[in-house]
Amino acid sequence: MAHIKFVQRDGTESVIEAGSGASVMLAAVRNGITGIEGECGGCLDCATCHVYVDEEQLSHLPAPKEDELELLGAVTATRKPSSRLSCQLKAPFPVDPLTVYVPETET
Amino acid sequence: MSGLVVIGASYAGVQASLTARDSGYAERITIVADENSLPYQRPPLSKGFLLDLESEESLILRDAGFFEKKGIDLVLGTRALEIDTRSRKVLLSGSSELAFDKLVIATGSHARQLPINGADLDGVCYLRSLHDAVDLKARLHDASEIVVIGGGFIGLEVAASATKLGKKVTILESASRLLERAVSPVVSEFLLDMHTQNGVDVLLEETAVSIEGRNGRVAAVLCGNNRRIPADIVLIGIGGLPNDQLAKSADLKCTNGIVVDDHGRSSVSNIFATGDCTSHYNVFAREWLRLESVQNAQDQAKAAGLAIAGDTGPYESVPRFWSDQYDAKLQIVGISRNFDSQVVRGSIENGKFSVFYYRLGRLIAVDSINRSGDQMAARRLIAGGISPSQEEVADLSFDFKSLLKAANSAGA
Repeated sequence: MAHIKFVQRDGTESVIEAGSGASVMLAAVRNGITGIEGECGGCLDCATCHVYVDEEQLSHLPAPKEDELELLGAVTATRKPSSRLSCQLKAPFPVDPLTVYVPETET
Repeated sequence: MSGLVVIGASYAGVQASLTARDSGYAERITIVADENSLPYQRPPLSKGFLLDLESEESLILRDAGFFEKKGIDLVLGTRALEIDTRSRKVLLSGSSELAFDKLVIATGSHARQLPINGADLDGVCYLRSLHDAVDLKARLHDASEIVVIGGGFIGLEVAASATKLGKKVTILESASRLLERAVSPVVSEFLLDMHTQNGVDVLLEETAVSIEGRNGRVAAVLCGNNRRIPADIVLIGIGGLPNDQLAKSADLKCTNGIVVDDHGRSSVSNIFATGDCTSHYNVFAREWLRLESVQNAQDQAKAAGLAIAGDTGPYESVPRFWSDQYDAKLQIVGISRNFDSQVVRGSIENGKFSVFYYRLGRLIAVDSINRSGDQMAARRLIAGGISPSQEEVADLSFDFKSLLKAANSAGA
């Protein structure tokens, strides 16, 4: 099992198990992680699942594709080098747990 | 205390329960749903699920453990039959009843039926629920010719999926263009070309007069001009109607759905309604609307959940829709219906463009094909009441962020 550690703005942490093939977004929605909406269900239509990946872990993940980059260029919260759309991060991960930080606002 | 009862366990019902709980509502919460499935994602039913990219398991949105953790009782496979507003009780199938202090009606919508001869034949399908999708997927496996009646979102998405599966698809649309109620002619034209290039026969201004059967099964569709189109499956996607019968029987005000205010409150103060089954005054469209979308279901339900928890936060989100067909990602923000001018940004030929719609100089909606950056900016422009000039929109080097930044620093 892959694990994901979600860190909220106030420092609250929750560790969730994700089955193979499940995305970080789906794991967040299924477990009621505040701040990750996943409105479109992961088909890159909405950008409501923006997260910041732990900076040391970032380089271990597959790089974002063009359509993810286009949406990241327009996220509501501050875009950082570690910004990713969590629907595109799918288990298993090269690191365990994968640590992601929930941004301030999601629309 | 009898707490909160929610009828319906899709996006709206689940979100209203969740927001109420997370905003401090401490009483009992019970969700009653007539389907037997755990809450699941609906948009992939016409796309990834038919193409086998998603399984029933991967569609699950919230599992049983989630509801337990939130202290929400989920009662599946149970239909609400009647609401007694005076004694504050919901009568359920199986002759049980649930008392409530507050009630949320999130019963969604159902497919408009096509009243023609042969519409009851085996092989005539609708697509609204997981049950419908499982049935359609199984039938597609052995089918070779599909006739889709209705060129709306469901019809076009199923046509694209069936084409990808190697089926021969014909679309009948009674209007003069595709997706007529949602997009403008320029986008309709693009969709028509795309479907045609993918081998779909699109027949505009064409209606099905009857469906022919053989041994109780679908064999062909007869059109208005006596044309006969062979079919193993007929998929009907001619719009949805609100599930507001329960509310009507309880004397709640209904006009094209259950009438609610911007907190999702119905004409009875302790009864809320959210999602596809409701009609609300939309501040962006400046008219009463009944919207069938995930965004509306979730955002309206959040407003209702807040009100139930004694908090406030009115529903004032810009309407959003999306549709994936072949390699095209169509995204819509706002309601373009009453536009008086439009400007295209990007290249229609390359399949990467947006159409910005204006009314009396005000930006009211944007449709995008494979330009999600435009769409993201447009959401914030429309929400903030900012209208770029048509010259700025047409200029691909112009960055909308400058307008958004200016508005922010001006305290907008």
